[in-house]
Amino acid sequence: MSIFRRLINSFHRSKIEQEIDRELRSHVEMRIADNLAAGMSPEEARRDALIRFGNRTVIREGATAADAELIFDALWREMRYAARQLRRTPTFTITALITLILGIGANVIVFSVLNALLLRPLDVPLATGLYNVVRETPGYDNQSYPDYLDFQSKNTTFSATAAYRLQDAGLTAGDAAYKCWYYRVSGNYFDMLGVQPAYGRLFHASDERGPNSAPYIVLSHGFWISHFNSDPRVVGTAVHVNKHPFTVIGIAPSGFHGTDVFIWPDFWMPIVDSPDDEGTSFLSNRGMHNIWILGKLKPDVSPRQATDNLNTIARGLASQYPATDDELSARLVKPGLMGDMFGDPARSFLAGIMVLAFLVLLAACANLASLFAARTADRSRELAIRLAIGSSRWHILRQLLAEAVLISVLGGVLGTIFSTALLAALTRWQPFPEFPIHVAVSADARVYFVALLLSVGSGIVWGLVPVRQVWATDSAQVTKTGAVGAMVFRRFAFRDLLLGVQITLCTLLVTSSFVALRGMQRSLHAPLGFQPQSVILAQTDLHMGGHTQSSSSVIQKRMLQEVGSIPGVTAIGIINETPLGTGGSSTPVYRAGTTDFRMSNSAFGAKYFSISRGYLAAAGTLLLTGRDFTWHDDANAPKVAIVNERFAREMFGKTSALGLRFTMADKISYEIVGVVENGKYDSLTESPWAAMFFPLEQNPDTDTSLVVRSQLPLGELVPGLTQALARIDPSLPFTFHTWPDALGFVLFPARVATASLGVMGLLAAMLAVTGVFGMAMYSVSKRIKEFGIRVALGAQPLQLTRSALRRPLILLLSGSTAGLLLGTIGSQLLAQIVYQATPRDPLVFAGVMITMAVLGFVAICIPAQRALRVDPAVLLREE
Amino acid sequence: MARNDLQGSLDLLVLKTLSHMGELHGYGIVQHIQKASDDLLSIEEGSLYPALHRMEQSGWIRSEWKVTDTNREAKYYRLTAAGQKELLKAEKSFEQLVKGVRAVLRYA
Repeated sequence: MSIFRRLINSFHRSKIEQEIDRELRSHVEMRIADNLAAGMSPEEARRDALIRFGNRTVIREGATAADAELIFDALWREMRYAARQLRRTPTFTITALITLILGIGANVIVFSVLNALLLRPLDVPLATGLYNVVRETPGYDNQSYPDYLDFQSKNTTFSATAAYRLQDAGLTAGDAAYKCWYYRVSGNYFDMLGVQPAYGRLFHASDERGPNSAPYIVLSHGFWISHFNSDPRVVGTAVHVNKHPFTVIGIAPSGFHGTDVFIWPDFWMPIVDSPDDEGTSFLSNRGMHNIWILGKLKPDVSPRQATDNLNTIARGLASQYPATDDELSARLVKPGLMGDMFGDPARSFLAGIMVLAFLVLLAACANLASLFAARTADRSRELAIRLAIGSSRWHILRQLLAEAVLISVLGGVLGTIFSTALLAALTRWQPFPEFPIHVAVSADARVYFVALLLSVGSGIVWGLVPVRQVWATDSAQVTKTGAVGAMVFRRFAFRDLLLGVQITLCTLLVTSSFVALRGMQRSLHAPLGFQPQSVILAQTDLHMGGHTQSSSSVIQKRMLQEVGSIPGVTAIGIINETPLGTGGSSTPVYRAGTTDFRMSNSAFGAKYFSISRGYLAAAGTLLLTGRDFTWHDDANAPKVAIVNERFAREMFGKTSALGLRFTMADKISYEIVGVVENGKYDSLTESPWAAMFFPLEQNPDTDTSLVVRSQLPLGELVPGLTQALARIDPSLPFTFHTWPDALGFVLFPARVATASLGVMGLLAAMLAVTGVFGMAMYSVSKRIKEFGIRVALGAQPLQLTRSALRRPLILLLSGSTAGLLLGTIGSQLLAQIVYQATPRDPLVFAGVMITMAVLGFVAICIPAQRALRVDPAVLLREE
Repeated sequence: MARNDLQGSLDLLVLKTLSHMGELHGYGIVQHIQKASDDLLSIEEGSLYPALHRMEQSGWIRSEWKVTDTNREAKYYRLTAAGQKELLKAEKSFEQLVKGVRAVLRYA
């Protein structure tokens, strides 16, 4: 800081000081001249002139202080004075600092996440003008590859468009095999983003010459370091992806992790390569929506123009291919959230949490404001004296404000440091070990700016609270009586209102976190349509063993036989994708007899799964009527399906669905042989889906989830399972989870919501406790003399306690009630994230009440004791 | 109630002097007040300059560097319109103070 000061001096102060010096010198010289004229000796004349003047430096400083041009310098002086004041009251300073660290820290953390996920452009060299092209209906974000090619060739608004999708595969290098996640991207992907390789080369649009023309992969920098020991010689070597040979042609630069903000893939592959596609590839099927389109706008084109242009193309395609492109549409969204799949939930959730964090900061400010007001009241005599000796009210205010802003900025700096450390931990965290998900959050200039803004802003907010106090200070009154009571103890102070609001906020947050917690707990026992307890999932993709879809059902049948014979296994089945897993697919279904299979003619959309015989029993899904599949429902037998209750109800109303038929876009008619209970398929909070199940033999899939029901724990079962499965194909990699663990993915939003609410609630509770404590303590200490007199006059302890703590208690009660009411309203929002979140739950109600009572007790206990221990003798002697 | 602290009186004296003399430097103000009050009042030279600067900031007076009759450079102050008004106010409040003090003295 001293450099800063010297700087000001050299530019600023010196000029004015020189002028003042000049003026004083001229004065002294004139006095000397007069003295000489009056007959003094030169020495005497000089001495007299200087003595009359007194200390020249002091005067100069007095004069400069009056100079408004020196406002900067005055500010610095005020800051120094403020620092001195704060050092003199360490309790206040530390309380304020901790409050601010928590309040600002929480905001910085939430804002950083918001910034990283939603605000920051993609971390690629050419990030301007990038948009994902998704469909108009939210949730339908994927496009088909042929549609992409049409969009690309017909649009006039994008300088480039690229396609990509995320897949998993087994990668074998030498003897080592890894389960990997990778992007399949169009050839122009890297060039469009402006990415340069760290080693070797990347592939380009010119490498694409039809299907399987470019068997190359580019490793990600992280994967190269962790799996290839940063060896540049890996460039040019051959590896196998799902047993198909590929050449490693380059290493991506460090820090580049594709075009989704929280996905960190292991490698990139040209989209035209097919390590496992067979039969109808998505590359030629207009009905398969499974790629994302990323476009780079031409410099002078607005998103609106581009959207209109794409929709015109879409309408053309719809009339050209009515069966598949009937409802094709285009919408531009900010890239990076897997199309816009995570856009809406992330936006609303983060916005909600941001609001909460801001409320916590406001509560912190309210706390500080009342603390500060109390402190100002304590200093009222000092302030009065300063007013009396000629300090202006504005000056005193500025001084108080300087103290508030100084401590706020200090708190903001500490809070930012503390939250940056937490964010570093968050960045390292990988919430789901089986997915390449990292939320890389780092503080950038924007975060620091927001932190500074919040610090200064909150300092001003709570520093301005004593304005009225200072304005109302009548120096004559205060210095005369020396009593502060009159000023502080109005019937209803602004501070009371602040505290009331704060308690309301705290109750609101506590209510929300209780509601979320109960919802979480309930969701573990929700009717899911299956019984995850004591089930172990063994998952693989047969492609990783080089198998094809046509051979898959043979292998799956052998798996069922081998694993079924393991002792301790009570039931076993296979499903391609487990419900509440990574998301089953849905497809339109049509009533029997439909001939025009355009989307708008469909009855409804239904989730579909392929299951083996025995799956329903192993998963614990209740078969309401009809039969399970048998080995006879094979490829040569008539097509059959099992549907859920909702499907049956929507398609056939009250008539029994057994034996009835429906059809799909493949124009095949399916006979319903069984009806099962409804279930949850995508998320716990979804509205009920229609669902249908097909036999694996008729609808083969290489994705394989063995559902193994057993009373044995995971650890005891896995060796037997591994052995049994290795007898079929030792090269096939499996992952093992208990089914409840695997549900972590769908529970994640609810967990994050519960955790954030819990943390916010805890912060708010701490602030409320200190707030109530501070207020009660202050009111007791201000009235201690009065209490002493009352005790001396024979007041009972209970009477004293009542009058001392009445106000905090009233605030506590009314604040809690208001908070509970608000919490009831707020929980309806929460119900969209957390399963069955409802505050109309006696446990939640009781929990909130008990929490607030405990908080209140903790906060009031010590002040109450102090009021009770009043000894009139001691007090009176003190005076 | 009149503002009656010391600062107020110093302001009054300075403003009055300037209104009377037109343009004057700090030393001249000291000399004038001493002479005009028959040596009863002597201005603390150390408190004059801070007061002058304050009044200049408040826009009551304006300053300018000039050369004196004895060929010395000095900063000359003169009253502004705002200063005129302030002077009237100060005079009025001072008279009230004097009246008040007199009344009290008569009683005692």
